[in-house]
Amino acid sequence: MIRLEKRAQPSQFWTFATPFLAVIMTMIVGGIMFAALGSDPFEAIRTIFWDPLFSEQFAAYSRPQLLVKAGPLILIAIGLSLGFKAGIWNIGAEGQYIIGAICGAGMGLAFYPSESFVIFPLMILAGALGGWAWAMIPAVLKVRFGTNEILVSLMLVYVAENLLASVSSGLLKNPDGMGFPGSRNLQQYPAAANLEIFQSTGMHWGVLSAFIAVIFAYALLSRHMFGFQIRLAGEAPRAARFAGVRPSRIVFLCLGIAGALAGMAGMFEVAGPAGQITIDFNSGYGFTAIIVAFLGRLHPIGILFAGLLMALTYIGGELASLMLGIPSAAIQLFQGMLLFFLLATDVFINFRIRFSKREVV
Amino acid sequence: MDLSSINPVLLIASLMVSATPILLAALGELVVEKSGVLNLGVEGMMITGAICGFAIGVNTGSPVLGFMFSALCGALLSLAFGILTQYLLSNQVATGLGLTLVGLGLSSLIGKPYEGIKSPTLQKMELPLLSDIPIFGKMFFSHDPMVYFSVALVAAVWAVLKFSRAGLILRAVGESHDAAHALGYKVVRIRMLAILFGGACAGLAGAYISLVRVPQWTEGMTAGAGWIALAIVVFASWKPWRILIGAYLFGGVTVLQLNLQAAGAKVPIEVLSMSPYLITITVLVIISARGNHGAPAALGKIFHASR
Amino acid sequence: MTQPLLRLTGLTKAYPGVVANSDVSFNINAGEVHALLGENGAGKSTLVKMIYGLVKPDTGSMALNDAPFAPPAPSAARQSGVAMVFQHFSLFEALNVAENIALGMENAPKQRDLAAKIKEVSHQYGLPLDPYMRVGDLSAGERQRVEIIRCLLQNPKLLIMDEPTSVLTPQEVEILFKTLRQLKSEGTAILYISHKLEEIRSLCDTATILRLGKKVATCTPADTSAKELAEMMVGETLHVPERAAGDFGDVLLNVQNLSLPAPSEFGTALKDVNFEVRAGEILGIGGVAGNGQDELLGALSGEVSSKNAVGLRGRDISKLGPQQRRALGVLAAPEERLGHAAVPDMSLTENALLSAAVRKDMMRSGFLHWGKAKDYAQEVIEAFDVRTPGPANAARSLSGGNLQKFVIGREVLQDPDVLIVNQPTWGVDAAAAAAIRQSLMDLAAKGAALIVISQDLDELMEISDHFAALNEGRLSAIRPVQGLSVEEIGLMMGGVHSGVEGAA
Repeated sequence: MIRLEKRAQPSQFWTFATPFLAVIMTMIVGGIMFAALGSDPFEAIRTIFWDPLFSEQFAAYSRPQLLVKAGPLILIAIGLSLGFKAGIWNIGAEGQYIIGAICGAGMGLAFYPSESFVIFPLMILAGALGGWAWAMIPAVLKVRFGTNEILVSLMLVYVAENLLASVSSGLLKNPDGMGFPGSRNLQQYPAAANLEIFQSTGMHWGVLSAFIAVIFAYALLSRHMFGFQIRLAGEAPRAARFAGVRPSRIVFLCLGIAGALAGMAGMFEVAGPAGQITIDFNSGYGFTAIIVAFLGRLHPIGILFAGLLMALTYIGGELASLMLGIPSAAIQLFQGMLLFFLLATDVFINFRIRFSKREVV
Repeated sequence: MDLSSINPVLLIASLMVSATPILLAALGELVVEKSGVLNLGVEGMMITGAICGFAIGVNTGSPVLGFMFSALCGALLSLAFGILTQYLLSNQVATGLGLTLVGLGLSSLIGKPYEGIKSPTLQKMELPLLSDIPIFGKMFFSHDPMVYFSVALVAAVWAVLKFSRAGLILRAVGESHDAAHALGYKVVRIRMLAILFGGACAGLAGAYISLVRVPQWTEGMTAGAGWIALAIVVFASWKPWRILIGAYLFGGVTVLQLNLQAAGAKVPIEVLSMSPYLITITVLVIISARGNHGAPAALGKIFHASR
Repeated sequence: MTQPLLRLTGLTKAYPGVVANSDVSFNINAGEVHALLGENGAGKSTLVKMIYGLVKPDTGSMALNDAPFAPPAPSAARQSGVAMVFQHFSLFEALNVAENIALGMENAPKQRDLAAKIKEVSHQYGLPLDPYMRVGDLSAGERQRVEIIRCLLQNPKLLIMDEPTSVLTPQEVEILFKTLRQLKSEGTAILYISHKLEEIRSLCDTATILRLGKKVATCTPADTSAKELAEMMVGETLHVPERAAGDFGDVLLNVQNLSLPAPSEFGTALKDVNFEVRAGEILGIGGVAGNGQDELLGALSGEVSSKNAVGLRGRDISKLGPQQRRALGVLAAPEERLGHAAVPDMSLTENALLSAAVRKDMMRSGFLHWGKAKDYAQEVIEAFDVRTPGPANAARSLSGGNLQKFVIGREVLQDPDVLIVNQPTWGVDAAAAAAIRQSLMDLAAKGAALIVISQDLDELMEISDHFAALNEGRLSAIRPVQGLSVEEIGLMMGGVHSGVEGAA
């Protein structure tokens, strides 16, 4: 009979090993799934994980895409990870991302067609503020009334989607768009465009911000009192209060930072890769970032790599769908499985598996 | 705007239909939470139930088989959640979120070939005599069997929780797993059963949307109904009859806003379609401002029998 | 009495790294109150769990009335007539008394019949209970009654009681003993687990003493002195803490009209608490668990703020948070080690930072100085003889006693002006407890004011200068410890303090 025995200490080894184990298990089960869908599993796995980076045919296009996709994922996941560490479950990053995009684009379009250099920084500010404000709704409700932030932040995603639909065919609609819904294309408006910093690397301002966020989060969590307080609040709320942590402050800061980062991610996306506000502008980054945060062990450096890996599955998934006819939904499932296997293997961190013949009640 | 186009009899009748999926899902989640487990994967199990039930319904031509299969699929997904949280002791919030993501991916993968197809649906079951009562007959007693089933299930869950020993044990496990364990109750086994029940209910709820309410398959068609079901459990203070009230109130809001859209209200469509979510938030705030009375004490806590 | 009711032969149970019981054999007779005496960690709980079917022995056997007895689960033990009252009650707060009792029975009758039965039995044994009360609203003593009635309804042949008096006032203890003697006269055997020697000497017929998992002796407690019992239990002569009697200085901490609402549904509201402590003084606060001890500590440590109620050297500090109070010299050590005083999954270094960041200069404009935290953790480990491989180890890897030493040491070594501790020696072995008490007394001798909240009356009598008791969130009048009788203490704990109010 198999029995779990609590370790005296969390295992360092397994903390690092479980993400790799989870990836391998996902590849195996994913391979079986691809086989069931009628594709060669080895080819499918290679197409997803290898070809985007190393195939001569695709790498030139795919490599920059890696950063383009990883940027928003990392930026959002860094914010989410702070909250998750503190036991604050903001799962509405998708909504904060949308509002950030609307505010950022709105700010830019308000200046159209002026060509001032202040426009882009103002847009970043507006995007961050928009996301922050949207995240403040669950924060205020949680602190003031004790309302569950999981449900409120999630409900606000649907509200944000409706707002998006409304502005893309109303307030922000392109007046020269011949009646089609959607805003002006910001990429064709140089003062507001989020352009690549280095040509054909995919490295735009949002990706740079993501890297900066990683560094800041790392310093915050390992060297600063506030990072320590976040961990305290998550691991032992009573001990946190004993240490002088004010729970409401942690809620405001964690949700606020997560909202601002998600909002910025939305703004960089709308001003860059997406180009314009449309009704289906959002593509689920806010939800995938949850997986990224966990896969990265809620650790900034881990999130950096997890974000790149998840971006790879996006690009590889598109490639697999193009080349092998694997449905794109399979990739979504693939990503979900990754989180599941990670959570399943996490048991090794705090428990030892014992095989004993005698049953212990 | 032409309010006279809104027929109160049809409004109430369609309210019951639109509330049924949320009612079923919330009722299942109530049982799960009463056992001390928080499964946030309701949305994922619902959408998987929706497509599984739909696929079987289309392929066999029997919506009844579809419903049965959807319950099975919901339970299977919840089994994964149960193994992770109960045996591998993973965090329930994270696992529930993961379940939702898996469910959304799985359903759109299965659902691709079924887009744009119409499914066979349940026949209305006019209750003899009762359905002949003027006005009320049409309102309450002229529905498909799942509507009656869901109401009957509320009564059953209420009775079991209140009067039976099984219900008492379930509540006890949800209050304090350590105390229940000390008395010799199999905490994990009891919780697994509750989780499976919750999964089956969520599966049925999803199938009701795809087989009866719409009846069609579109990706992401549950549109947050699973999350709303979770909110309704809080709203109901973990009491079965209040789940019924909550679900019907919410169904009422949904139907009313749809009717207003159809009647050409001078409110933007987006405002109307976001209203159910806004109202859910408002209700959650009101409930939580009162204090979350009735939440099982061990809700969401991980149980590991040491020594 | 020729044939024993329960015969234990060579019971052994090992866990990875520890042998909890090794070759334990003794007999329990019908109609006997049999004491099981031993320190924390001596293996009492494991032994009892084997009898109750929660744990299976590795080797050895048991026989009940000469028939082999190996219960696979508690339900089987109950069916054979073995019942148990737990130290930490296995009760469900949100359920009522009758429901709680039904859960502990194999074939529970209908609620109404059960309720009638509960009333009948509870009166028969002098332990009145309302079957429809919610357990969360009951006092600790009443909760214990629920457990006892639950056992009695099944007519047990053997009743196991795990530290039953730790939650009772002296008066309640008397009532309990009366009930137990009545049961004994009816032929029920009682296995009575305790480390309170006087209790055992007055109640028990036989005592089996365990030390480090092994049986040390079986004796008749009435014929053995408390000192002999203690030495058999501990295995060494005990060091009794000493203190130099000193004069008290100025008032350091004063509390006036402190009232706070209950923090949660099952918490206790503080009602008009008043006291002051002077430099060099130890104020002992007794009382049965759940009468506002946690809440009082929270209000003093700064976890909960109040209005104009807490003053330090005349300055109002009731609005300040824990860190600000620490900066001023007011420190605290809560009762719950894991999760309140310390974070289980964090290292000792991180746990040192938890409360010592301000006073030990581990923080510069928000940035942490981990080196200093590690040094301080090491300092505490050495000064308080904390057994651990080093400061990088997680708090949860320490035994209860060692972690308690760390938690108390962490506060004491910060040189507080005022220190509030709750249950400083709970679950700690006698030697470590003596060391902790000594450190508290030394701190007072250096001029700090101490408030020691404890449920261990002997401890309070030993170290404090003044004594008061908490009852339902009210603090009794404060009395000098010298000359205080057990009866008076009992009355203070029971909340009947009107008669002695003027004497303070």
